[in-house]
Amino acid sequence: MEKIDRLFNSYANNSLGMIDPDGIEALCSDLGVDYTDVRILMLAWKLKAERQGYFTQDEWRTGLKALGVDSLSKLKKALPELENEVGKSSNYEDFYSYAFRYCLTEEKQKSVDIESICELLNLVLGAQFHPQVDLLIEYLKVQSDYKVINLDQWMNFLRFCKEQISFPDLENYDASQAWPLILDNFVEWMREKHS
Amino acid sequence: MGQMVRYEDDFEADMLEDTGAYYSRKASSWIEDDSCPDYMLKSEECLKKERDRVSHYLHSSSETKLLEKVQHELLVMYANRLLEKEHSGCRALLRDDKLEDLSRMYRLYCKIPRGLDPVANIFKQHITAEGTALVEQAEDAASNQASNAPGVQEQDLISKIIKLHNKYIVYVTRCFQNHTLFHKKVPHELLVMYANRLLEKEHSGCRALLRDDKLEDLSSKYWLYCKIPQGLDPVANIFKQHITAEGTALVEQAEDAASNQASNAPGVQEQVLIRKIIELHDKYMEYVTRCFQNHTLFHKALKEAFEVFCNKTVSGSSSAELLATFCDNILKKGGSEKLSDEAIEETLEKVVKLFAYISDKDLFAEFYRKKLARRLLFDRSANDDHERSILTKLKEQCGGQFTSKMEGMVTDLTLARENQASFEDYLRNNPAAHPGIDLTVTVLTTGFWPSYKSFDLNLPAEMVKCVEVFKGFYETETKHRKLTWIYSLGTCHINGKFEEKTIELIVSTYQAAVLLLFNASDRLSYSEIMAQLNLTHDDLVRLLHSLACAKYKILSKEPNTKTISQSDYFEFNSKFTDKLRRIKIPLPPVDERKKVVEDVDKDRRYAIDAAIVRIMKSRKVLGHQQLVSECVEQLSRMFKPDIKAIKKRMEDLITRDYLERDKDNPNLFRYLA
Repeated sequence: MEKIDRLFNSYANNSLGMIDPDGIEALCSDLGVDYTDVRILMLAWKLKAERQGYFTQDEWRTGLKALGVDSLSKLKKALPELENEVGKSSNYEDFYSYAFRYCLTEEKQKSVDIESICELLNLVLGAQFHPQVDLLIEYLKVQSDYKVINLDQWMNFLRFCKEQISFPDLENYDASQAWPLILDNFVEWMREKHS
Repeated sequence: MGQMVRYEDDFEADMLEDTGAYYSRKASSWIEDDSCPDYMLKSEECLKKERDRVSHYLHSSSETKLLEKVQHELLVMYANRLLEKEHSGCRALLRDDKLEDLSRMYRLYCKIPRGLDPVANIFKQHITAEGTALVEQAEDAASNQASNAPGVQEQDLISKIIKLHNKYIVYVTRCFQNHTLFHKKVPHELLVMYANRLLEKEHSGCRALLRDDKLEDLSSKYWLYCKIPQGLDPVANIFKQHITAEGTALVEQAEDAASNQASNAPGVQEQVLIRKIIELHDKYMEYVTRCFQNHTLFHKALKEAFEVFCNKTVSGSSSAELLATFCDNILKKGGSEKLSDEAIEETLEKVVKLFAYISDKDLFAEFYRKKLARRLLFDRSANDDHERSILTKLKEQCGGQFTSKMEGMVTDLTLARENQASFEDYLRNNPAAHPGIDLTVTVLTTGFWPSYKSFDLNLPAEMVKCVEVFKGFYETETKHRKLTWIYSLGTCHINGKFEEKTIELIVSTYQAAVLLLFNASDRLSYSEIMAQLNLTHDDLVRLLHSLACAKYKILSKEPNTKTISQSDYFEFNSKFTDKLRRIKIPLPPVDERKKVVEDVDKDRRYAIDAAIVRIMKSRKVLGHQQLVSECVEQLSRMFKPDIKAIKKRMEDLITRDYLERDKDNPNLFRYLA
């Protein structure tokens, strides 16, 4: 525990009593990962961090204990394992939904702006579902029906990618099902593009 | 008794095997030598004997297994060969009307899974072949006889087909125990198929008769086909297609004519269209009563046909708008004064019938309300009784909620007249309060009337006094009510003291406000007028145009161009004159269509929300498709909701935490209390 606390203090902002964005940036460079790397998001998930850009002492303690690490080098080694853990389907949906909620910075905020969603999509799904994500992002940027995305729509993006909708013809997509309207519109746009 | 293992393993298994081998040998020789009926007789015998055997000296548990074995060897293995035997198989039995044998066949094969399928198929093929032969005979006979009594062959054929049908229905009941498999094969396959062929004949078929208005012939067709089960379906279908085609052609004609005529009398073609559609409806309703004996099938066909083309748009106007305009034309002064009261009533009845086919009923209501408001407020309604009459008819169709606002509007006018009388009494009793100008005020109940924007118009001083005096009076009548003045609806009579003579000008309140400015100044710029009156550019341009660039130039404009620009200057045109002593300066109305459509869309969003919440509240959990279809059904009385719109509202309700998607089944939704 002591070592964990010491590690915490080495990055924490003393006046705040928690690790702030600067601290996280420092942590990142020490870990050898980019600030925007998805693994930091995974770390936040593991820590169950509530506020974007900040880690509290409790979160830090619980998280590092769960990872079974108490030093920087051990933390670095634990990252690939963490990736595996997130990749497990039982955890993945939870992580995916966490990624969205992590972006809700205001108190009553329920939706995230399109720009941030596009970045988040790339970060979280870009590797695994490259073609779908690229096209979806392209669509989100050109459409004007929606300026923000809510959690329900976000979760359905994942479902869309996972449900093996044939790409790029999207023939087995059924708009009479309960897909959110934004995906119906995306499919229409795709079909027009390809005709 | 203990366990059966010894019995089953040591005895039964072998017994079954031997039995199987025995019957297999028998069957292979019988199938060669025996006719189908004989083979079936023998099989029946064998099955009986085995059944007896079991009851005499075997354990009852063996019965099913034993009979199955026998059935398999005798009936299943040789099913095809047996049924297809050339001179005695199923086809032959049907041909020779061997009902006994067919009954036996049914009894034997009904116990075998899927055993009846081949029998039923042969049955169907046989009937089809007989029926086709009849039709071809009739066609040959008809082409040989040509024009002599053209309907006779058809009648003959129909009665033969009916006989055939009845014959095979007997088979279904006597031989095949009314089994659904056989029931299905007889009526539909046979009769409707032939009815279609006959009806579709190019020169004498149903379409031709409709085209040539041969009501008598259509009537006899009805009597013929009503005897055949489902025989009227194709007739009704052709009827519906015919009407749909005629109606759609009318709409297209109107569209073409309207685009060709462009600015000449806009709206005329559309009104002509409504008249033509009404005539079409009358025409084919007569067919339904005279030829088709008011049968529901034909009422339905008529309805569905009209629903198709009565919802098409013509030059950008929805049918809802066209119909509302049509009503306005009948009900306004100068609209249908040449017609008798009865004729008007009749037309209104027909309009309401047409209204039933329109899916956007809420859109019609809104257009109707707007036009009703103009009629009532500018005293353009021709006849109060007719106004109330059409509302009663609409109420009968759609319920009181649909017409409650409109009825409220009509009542408001009556009350307003009484109120005005009281106001005049008040003024007589308080001569000091009199504003010096004759004032008539119509007080409207906000909820009933379409929404009007009220501007902060800077009223001329004379009018300000009027408003205050009325307010004083109104407060003596009722407390707790707020008056909002809608100057855009007012009318003013002003005396224009022109050089040649004084002329009374009938203008809108806004126009009057502009004119009165010139009592204080000789010459005003656009911006000065703008500043004084506090109106929007759009409104001001419209007003100034009506006073300076239209038929009557009350104001003269510098420069003397045909349009208003913000750098213009205006002066009172003292040289203006006209032969009349009193003229009306019209102010062209703003196009209300866009606003109406917007308002209706907004109301629809609320209606969809309410429907979704209502449904989910009572069902708690519901699948997506069901929710959508129930929503559509609930709202169908007023409009046909767009599926996308429903989805959008659902998403909104999810964000507002009324609904949530089920975690495991994304097509399922839950109500969140």
